[in-house]
Amino acid sequence: MLKIENLHARVEDAEILKGLSLEVPKGEVHAIMGPNGAGKSTLSYVLSGRQGYEVTEGSVSLDGEDLLSLEANERAARGVFLSFQYPLEIPGVPALTFIRAALNAQRKARGEPEIAAPAFLKLAREKAAALKIDFEMLKRSLNVGFSGGEKKRMEILQMSMLEPRFLILDETDSGLDIDALRIVSEGVNALRSPERSMLVITHYQRLLDYIKPDRVHVLSAGRIVASGGPELALELEREGYDRYARAA
Amino acid sequence: MSVQSAIAARDADALPGKRDEDWRWTDLRGLIRTVPEPSPPLAREAMGEGPFASLAARVVAIGNGRGEAAIDIAADQVVALDVVSRGGGSHAATLRVDVAAGVAATLLESYRGLGEYLASTALAITLGEGARLERIVLAEEDADGVAVSQAEVVLAADAAFSQTTLTCGARRQRLETRVSHPGGHAQLRLDGVYLLAGKRHADLTSAVKHTGLDGRTDQLTKGVVRDQARGVFQGRIVVAEGADKTEARMGHHALILSERAEVDAKPELEIYADDVVCAHGNTIGALDEDALFYMRQRGLPEVEARAMLTEAFIGEVIDRIGHEGAREAARAWAAERLKGE
Repeated sequence: MLKIENLHARVEDAEILKGLSLEVPKGEVHAIMGPNGAGKSTLSYVLSGRQGYEVTEGSVSLDGEDLLSLEANERAARGVFLSFQYPLEIPGVPALTFIRAALNAQRKARGEPEIAAPAFLKLAREKAAALKIDFEMLKRSLNVGFSGGEKKRMEILQMSMLEPRFLILDETDSGLDIDALRIVSEGVNALRSPERSMLVITHYQRLLDYIKPDRVHVLSAGRIVASGGPELALELEREGYDRYARAA
Repeated sequence: MSVQSAIAARDADALPGKRDEDWRWTDLRGLIRTVPEPSPPLAREAMGEGPFASLAARVVAIGNGRGEAAIDIAADQVVALDVVSRGGGSHAATLRVDVAAGVAATLLESYRGLGEYLASTALAITLGEGARLERIVLAEEDADGVAVSQAEVVLAADAAFSQTTLTCGARRQRLETRVSHPGGHAQLRLDGVYLLAGKRHADLTSAVKHTGLDGRTDQLTKGVVRDQARGVFQGRIVVAEGADKTEARMGHHALILSERAEVDAKPELEIYADDVVCAHGNTIGALDEDALFYMRQRGLPEVEARAMLTEAFIGEVIDRIGHEGAREAARAWAAERLKGE
């Protein structure tokens, strides 16, 4: 599914990723853990195609297709979805309008017909109900005035409607209380499938109690410095990142 | 001297210019060396139909400065005023609009131009006691035209005047509204939208004078400028001595979408009364790059994401238009003006 080889990336003059290699096979959930400043957010932005991040070396491919030559929206149409740590507010654009425009833009890019309004509304009602989102909320400007938990639920709603095949969850647990964390995690877990892979980026082990990873990687100073099973996350929680900071 | 009399006397030196504080960003005197020959009459058939013709029960047309001189509104109705300029001459029109006491009316005013004309329109609008008027102004002048429209609005007690001015500018253009606000629960909404591209210039100037107790003014203007266009917003609210308990809000927000575009803004509040709630906000900036990336990450191409953000930005003003047909016409106009490029 996703293959990253020797990835070097810089923001302005600072090199943040320094030879990162990683493979996430189809159907697997991998966690990336690391201390602040390790390059976790940079990795999510480089994968999703944000401007201002310059790749100087290495490659990233999704099912064999080079991702780095594609625009952010082209990557989205090929199934890359980044769930933001702090989802943006879009004043004046109702959530439903936004999601429908995004879905149709992706379909158009893939050469598929647009979804008709009745079918779209039916789908939105079903998915919103499953995430315990009040349908009326979808008529309001996207994320404007929403609580942290509501914003994350809107991210999950978009995921479940856009049906990406590769998900990046960037610090999805930040700003969530336990109840919100449970609802959001259930939403993510419902999307687990043999056809879909996920990269869960997190500072804390807590999220991984809810979204159980197949593999855990430690990112430190721009490289993967250790990989292991779910037990690695528990060890990090117990012992901290000091050991890896030195190793890097 | 006014623009009107300068055109009538064909005296270019009498045009306002940058030495006049109130006109320093819209310099007509420096632009126009000689006032062109008076425009020839324009036949009604040659004018075609204005953008609001289908929404109004009564259409008043002014072609190259000639037409009816007064609109008396004595019963609830929708009136379209279509002001058309053609060719390279100069012309000036004056028009009186009276809304009788207790009447609720809509004035759908349009400006359409083709050519290198110099045009001026002066309106005197009065609202009787308890009268209501919503005035929508849609100005689509020629990129080579120079146009000024000035309205003097006088409100009686308990009257309500709402205005939305929508413009794409001209070679040089000024849309000016002066309101005499008597307080006494009279209500005023004064909104504007300017969407400018190329080398177009639009100046939205307003002056509101509160003279009595308990007046309300709510003003929101938004603009989007690109290329080498220039937007000017001048808003003055004066709360005279004795106009206590006045509530006035003024907002002006502009998006600048290219490096060579420019916006000049001068919001002014002058308060000489007590127990007054007045506020103004003024912001000028670029589109939110974080929001753009967020939208593109969800699959929207850049052009579409930009259009969606700018339309939403302008939508806040358009949503305030009361007349449904005019609101939808304004929305369609804005979408067309903001498309691509």
